[in-house]
Amino acid sequence: MSLDAAFDDPAFVPYLAVGDPSYEQSLRYVEALADGGADAIELGLPFSEPIAEGSTIQSAIVRALEAGMTPGRYFEFVAELDVDVPLVCMTYYNLVYQYGSEAGPRPFVERAAEVGIGGFVIPDLPAEEAAPLREACDEFGLDLVFIVAPTTEGERLDRMHEFVSGYVYVQARLGTTGAREEVSEYTERSLARIADWDVPKAVGFGIKTGDHAERIVSAGADGVIVGSALVDIVAEGHENDDPTGVVAERLERKARELKRGAVRGLGETAPGQ
Amino acid sequence: MSTDGSFGEYGGQYVPEALMPAIEELSDAYERYVLENEDGFRDELSERLTDFGGRPTPLGRADQLSERYDREVYLKREDLLHGGAHKLNNALGQVLLAKYMGKERIIAETGAGQHGTATAMAAAHLNMPCEIYMGETDIARQRPNVFRMRTNGATVTPVTTGRGTLKEAISETMRDWAATVEDTHYIIGSIVGPHPFPAMVRDFHAVISEEAREQMLETAGQLPDAVLACAGGGSNTMGMFQQFRDDDGVELYAVEAGGSSLSVDEDAGVAPNSATLSTGDEGVLHGARTKVLQDGDGQIMESHSVSAGLDYAGVGPELAEMVDRGRVQAVNVDDDAALAAFHRLAREEGVIPALETAHAFGYLEQHHDELGEVVVLNVSGRGDKDLETVIEETQSRDLDVGPTMDLFRDLGGHTAGEDR
Repeated sequence: MSLDAAFDDPAFVPYLAVGDPSYEQSLRYVEALADGGADAIELGLPFSEPIAEGSTIQSAIVRALEAGMTPGRYFEFVAELDVDVPLVCMTYYNLVYQYGSEAGPRPFVERAAEVGIGGFVIPDLPAEEAAPLREACDEFGLDLVFIVAPTTEGERLDRMHEFVSGYVYVQARLGTTGAREEVSEYTERSLARIADWDVPKAVGFGIKTGDHAERIVSAGADGVIVGSALVDIVAEGHENDDPTGVVAERLERKARELKRGAVRGLGETAPGQ
Repeated sequence: MSTDGSFGEYGGQYVPEALMPAIEELSDAYERYVLENEDGFRDELSERLTDFGGRPTPLGRADQLSERYDREVYLKREDLLHGGAHKLNNALGQVLLAKYMGKERIIAETGAGQHGTATAMAAAHLNMPCEIYMGETDIARQRPNVFRMRTNGATVTPVTTGRGTLKEAISETMRDWAATVEDTHYIIGSIVGPHPFPAMVRDFHAVISEEAREQMLETAGQLPDAVLACAGGGSNTMGMFQQFRDDDGVELYAVEAGGSSLSVDEDAGVAPNSATLSTGDEGVLHGARTKVLQDGDGQIMESHSVSAGLDYAGVGPELAEMVDRGRVQAVNVDDDAALAAFHRLAREEGVIPALETAHAFGYLEQHHDELGEVVVLNVSGRGDKDLETVIEETQSRDLDVGPTMDLFRDLGGHTAGEDR
């Protein structure tokens, strides 16, 4: 499913690490997010060296890897998943590059397309190195999302604009992923720099509450991406040995809060509320 | 090397977008100050390496080893550089570069602690605040170096993810940099990472072979037939090879850590060695395309070596390319051979080498017949930091090479080997 379809109204795009803390629980959790109003879902494929992640998502990745998550299992997971929103694969380039028998990103992209992935976010792949993956995405009709950092300016923005499709991931502040209390002042400036781009702008890094989401959307974003605040719920449930259904309910509730917040940012009420 | 930082198919810049502007800024500074000597950068660095670092380091003939192996064996003594290892060449170069760039803070990762101590010294010398990330496993096995860094005023921050070694420390330092990139410079400790680090770190260490090549011509009256250096990430290796790479008659040997075995345990994700050049294959790790120790899916393996400084699942992209091209021979020796070589060099020549360095001497012991008439080895560091590890490991293996600890037992004192 094409990714920009998710942005008809202010979008809520959650992230979870697939396989955290187990394959079966993870299936329930992702479906709970869809039930809670997610417009698209970023599904993290765990990599052993996640250099762009803060401690919350690093821990999720360790739990998923320890529970046996692999690229092969990940694709089975996506195929099995019963949700009706666009799915984005978020991972690191080495896993994309190593997959399948031929070197390069093509076999990974082909398999992702088969199981219903709509696009990719690859945090360690800047536009300079992205041509082979962009080419494979074009061949199979998938989107390639890029991250605009607070430090991204000038020619770098132009190069990214040329390659990006689906949506652009606006990094709200410097640093790694992780929930924070403040909405960064960087956000508005970043959004202003790409105001004329013809792809939806989704802001991520540090968004934790419905109120955050509201402020981000009222600052001009087309959607919000939320990872760590959701992974925290998964982690807490795992630590306390809470029943899967209870954790799934919490996730669904959090999803509703974030979706409502995003929609409020546009001065409307969420549909169905 | 091409201008985009690629070495054949290796190299590149695989880093989060947030770091790209800093890396572009660094590339620009590298070209201006390091390559073109703008504002006299090279001159100041060279002066400081002499006055503060103690360069040039000597090169001398190893008489007992020459006799033992029936060929001329020479030692390039980077262990005599200030701090006890070659690492200062790069650390001082990069701290000074950070000053020229107007940065206000230094961060670095360290494995064995050699790069961390060199960076802490250089930062103190140039009056820059400094934070060092170090895996908790390495902190435990390299306590003296932790004390040295802290004594120099650096903050040492433990990294608790994964196995707590160099790989995790690099990842964590990159995360810090992604948050602080505007006023902070990241001093990577080897010829790894995104361009321009591999080329820049090589250039800072090239002084080793600039001196060694000249010293060989003076002392031995000829170029060596073989140059040996240990290889983890590969910084002393490339530093020692750089000025010999165009000398066709000079064979270059990168000696890796064979650990306890060259086999891998894919299910456990463990390679009980760090022989990346010998056994790894192409992948993307820590910002560069290079050879890495990885499983069939591309997950990075946990490496192992008795020597913390070689314990890394990646290797410099330029070295990987030179091995593919056949210019550098990638060889390895195991933990036992390195330990035996440690004791041999100490006893025969009065030089206690770092465990990293000892690998090169382990190869000399095993393969001296194949190395030609004149051999030079880089003594990349001194072994004081490793004494505790060496005593424990030697006794636990029953290696018949080191001094016995009977003295302590006779005195009723505590010895590391008393549970044996």
